[in-house]
Formats: sequence, C-alpha cells, structure tokens
Amino acid sequence: MHDKTVAQLTAGLQTGQFSSAELTRCFLDRIASLDSRYNSFISVADEQAMAAARAADERIAAGDAGPLTGIPIAHKDIFCTDGLRTSCGSRMLDNFVPPYDATLVTRLNRDGVVALGKTNMDEFAMGSSNENSFYGPVRNPWDTSAVPGGSSGGSAAAVAAGLAPAATGTDTGGSIRQPAAFCGITGLKPTYGRVSRLGMVAFASSLDQAGPMARTAEDCALLLNSMAGHDPQDSTSSQVPTEDYCARLADSLQGLRIGLPREYFGAGLDPATAACIDQALKELEALGATLVEVSLPHSHLTIPTYYVIAPAEASTNLSRYDGVRYGYRCEQPTDLLDLYTRTREEGFGEEVKRRILVGTYALSAGYYDAYYKKAQQVRRLIKQDFIDCFGQVDVIAGPTTPGPAFALGSKSDDPVAMYLEDIYTLAVNLAGLPGMSVPAGMVGGKPVGLQLIGQHFGEARLLNVGHRFQQATDWHARRPADPAVEAA
Amino acid sequence: MAIEQDEIEKIAALARIRIQPAQIGRVTQRITEILHMVDQLQAVDTSDVEPMANPLDAIQVLRADEVTEVNRREAFQAIAPAVENGLYLVPKVIE
Repeated sequence: MHDKTVAQLTAGLQTGQFSSAELTRCFLDRIASLDSRYNSFISVADEQAMAAARAADERIAAGDAGPLTGIPIAHKDIFCTDGLRTSCGSRMLDNFVPPYDATLVTRLNRDGVVALGKTNMDEFAMGSSNENSFYGPVRNPWDTSAVPGGSSGGSAAAVAAGLAPAATGTDTGGSIRQPAAFCGITGLKPTYGRVSRLGMVAFASSLDQAGPMARTAEDCALLLNSMAGHDPQDSTSSQVPTEDYCARLADSLQGLRIGLPREYFGAGLDPATAACIDQALKELEALGATLVEVSLPHSHLTIPTYYVIAPAEASTNLSRYDGVRYGYRCEQPTDLLDLYTRTREEGFGEEVKRRILVGTYALSAGYYDAYYKKAQQVRRLIKQDFIDCFGQVDVIAGPTTPGPAFALGSKSDDPVAMYLEDIYTLAVNLAGLPGMSVPAGMVGGKPVGLQLIGQHFGEARLLNVGHRFQQATDWHARRPADPAVEAA
Repeated sequence: MAIEQDEIEKIAALARIRIQPAQIGRVTQRITEILHMVDQLQAVDTSDVEPMANPLDAIQVLRADEVTEVNRREAFQAIAPAVENGLYLVPKVIE
C-alpha cells in the first residue's frame, strides 16, 4: 500500500480493498521502523491518526466520503495543529502546543484526511538543506549522505521514502519545489494568496505560500482542491474563485507555448542536470508543445532582492517570540531585557538569528531606503519580466535547482553559497506566481526536477502540463531502495 | 557596504538578541558577506519604479469592526511560560 499514489489509495478505500485504519497502521508502522534512517518526522500522532482513520472508515461506510477521506498525509511542522506540538523546527517552539488548527489543517480534516504527524524542516522555514533544524538534519532517501533539500525537507523525504503518500509544505523561496526536486517527488507552490496562511507560522508574509507535495501532479491537484480558497481570517488570501484542479488534468498540450528563460540555462547549471531538462523539454514538445526562448533580464538580482525582503519581513514576524506568552523562556531572567535577549539568543538557531539581524539592519533608520525600499523596487522589475514573458508564452519551464542533492555538511558553513541554491526558485515567490517541480531524470542516482512556472492563478494549467508529462514518462514512479524490502 | 562590529552590536540590541562576545567577530563577518552580495542592488536604476509590497498589488482588506472571536483566555494562558491570576508574569519592571 505504501508505494501507491493518493488516487490509487482513494480507489482502494472506496472499493473496500482496505480500510483507512489498515492504511494508516501501515504508514505508522513504516515510520516507526524506518524513519530513524531519515529523521523526516518531528512528531508522530499515532493515537489521533488511528482515531481519525476509524472516523473516516465510518464516513466511507455511510457513503459520505470524498476523494481524500481516509487518506493519510503528513503535515510540515509549520502548520498549527490543535493539541499537537508545532515546533517549526525550532527550540523556540519545542514546547508549543497550539490551541487551534491552521485553516489548511481544518480544510483537510473536513475532507477526512488522516494526519500521521508533523515533518522535520529548517528552523522557521529558513534554509535549503534541512540542516537548520533543532531536531537534526533530514537525510535524502535516495542517498542518505545527501540533503533532502529544504525547508520542507521532512515532507519531501517522507513521501519519497513511502512513509506518507503525500504531505503539506510551504514555499517562501523554493521550499516546496527544491526538496521535491531533490527527493524525486512532485511539489506545487500555488499563487500567493491561493491557500490561507492562517495558522501557518509566519516567516516572510509577502512571500509565504502553502502547497501540496506528493508523487504525482494528479495527487497534488486532489490535495489543492481541499486546501485552496478564500479565508476571511487571512486578509491576504485571494478572493479569486477556485476551480476543480482535477478537471483539466488530461487536456491536450497541443499548441501550448512553453518559454525557456535563457538565464535559467547558463553558467552555474550542472551539465548532466541540463541534459535531463533538455530531454524533458523534448518530451513536452512531442506532446504538442512549442518551445520558445524568452528572457528574464533581472534574474541575477533575485537573490539579493530576496535576501533583503525575506529577512526584513522575518525580523518583524519573529519579534513575537519574547518568552512571555508562549514558547521558550530562558532560565532565571534578571530583568525584562535579559528575559528578551537571552530567550532569543538561546531559542533561535544561528541562521534564524543571522536573518533577523540582516532584516533589522535593512529596516533600520538610515538604511531603509538603500536596502528595503530598493529591494521592493527591484522586486517590481522582476515581476514585470514575467508579465512580459507571459505575453508570448503560456508556461515557463527550466530546472528547479542548479544540480542534484548536495552532500550533508558541504554548504552548511557558507550562508551565501547556500543561498545560491535557490537561484531558479526565488523569483517565483517575489512575483507571486505558481510554480511546480516534477521529477524529470536522474543524475548519479539522484533525482532531477523540472520546474514549471505559471501565470497568476494558473495552477490548473501547471497541473495539466505535469500530469501529461507524467503520463508519458515514468520518472515520478521511480522509488529509492526500500530498507523494509531489503530486510525482508 | 561594510558593517562594523559596533553596528552589529547596535542591531543585535535593537533585535533583542544577545550575542556572546566571542561570537561577535564571526557574526559580523557572515553578515558582511551577505550585505556584500546584496549590494548588487545599488547598481540598478529604480528612479521611476514604484516599490512593491504585495506581489498581487492587493490592497488591505478591512472587515466590519465587530467582536467575532470567542474568549479563549484560559487556553492561551495554559501555554504561557508563567501566569498568575490570569496575568502573564515577567521579571519586576517597577521598583
């Protein structure tokens, strides 16, 4: 059961081949026996999951089931879950048990999803390798000496290793797409505002967006149908109507114009990865698409722009962690200032503190115009590049990452080198566009991701392209070696 | 733009983060590297460009000024590090 897609599991549940209780037990057992290799979960919710599975079985028996009823999934530990610890990968929230659910969790629960537990992540979603977690790094199921990517590294590794059929993630600068690429799964970052941010621990509020991570584009569409939609409790959530994201999956790609930004195929792209992407593009061409060279001339400015805006917003958002109302508090504070400064020194990890300091600097008197305002202006230029491209093409395609998953420890001591890993993903967040990564090849035994970028609220088109690609290829069906099978 | 160690100390004080004296040199060096990378922005002519705060240029949505939340004081106080008589406790601030 563990290597099936969500769509296959739905069929199995609804035709009575297995119950949600059996399915949920299968995944909980796999987590218990295998996750010591990957460290992809921070918390496992055994009892709550089994109770939810039994409730789902009753709904199925009563004929009150939807496509997700009884399907087990994992939540990134950034989403507040009522009564279940939500750490955000940080010592600061190691003891935090939220008194409410994130809207995304409420919606998935409403549709009968079974939450298996909470997945590991870079602290406060700041990182590209999952090495910045208070709970230790996650290992890539394809090569346990390599990183799974980040920040949604636990979600990606759990799906790749067959510890969950799907998971939730968040993407502020590539945190769904990059780990999806590194772990050989499919991940979608929707348009900014498509999925509610209520109850999702905030990092950079004008960039953060939640989305699905699964084996296939079809599974991502099933999850997005439940997750997406306006939330009156999130004032940045969009009022643009949602659609049935499964309805157009099988549409023909005949006449589809795919833009290839020349800046995404230049120096810095690993040649073997480039060869996989070229092959994938040929496949899309064979399906009827036309490839068009385009340009995103401000691409070289996305990293500097992002590393002003994201830290500036983070420094504001993370000011709430004061050791007074919830979360970590230092021992024996001597006065209020000591309480604040020592709580934050001890509760935050190195990268989080670094970004708070950079953001505080960029927002401080005398530097605001030179850094923050400047970055907001360049952000508009970056967005305009995409608007101009979408005058000529329907979808933009290129690599998700400059190369396959890198070795654990190889970049963890050099923040700027780590930031360069997100060269192809950051612009999508700055422009608020939807982006997706689909498995598109293997290099040295490790997966390669093809990135597809759509127009605002063009999720259905991206999922359609991903689905048609997956009907014609089998990269998404490849699995890393399963230790449970080896042991048997 | 280079940043001096005393500026890092000032920023850390503003951000309410204590930095151990032994680490301040390393923190300064790392942040200098990041600011150096960010300085590429200064070469761009943005004189006529409107700053963009929201990727969809959305305006702030307002709701009616009505009480809609139920009072969950006890649930919120239950997760606080220190409370007494319904109040959050902090070290003494008034002599």
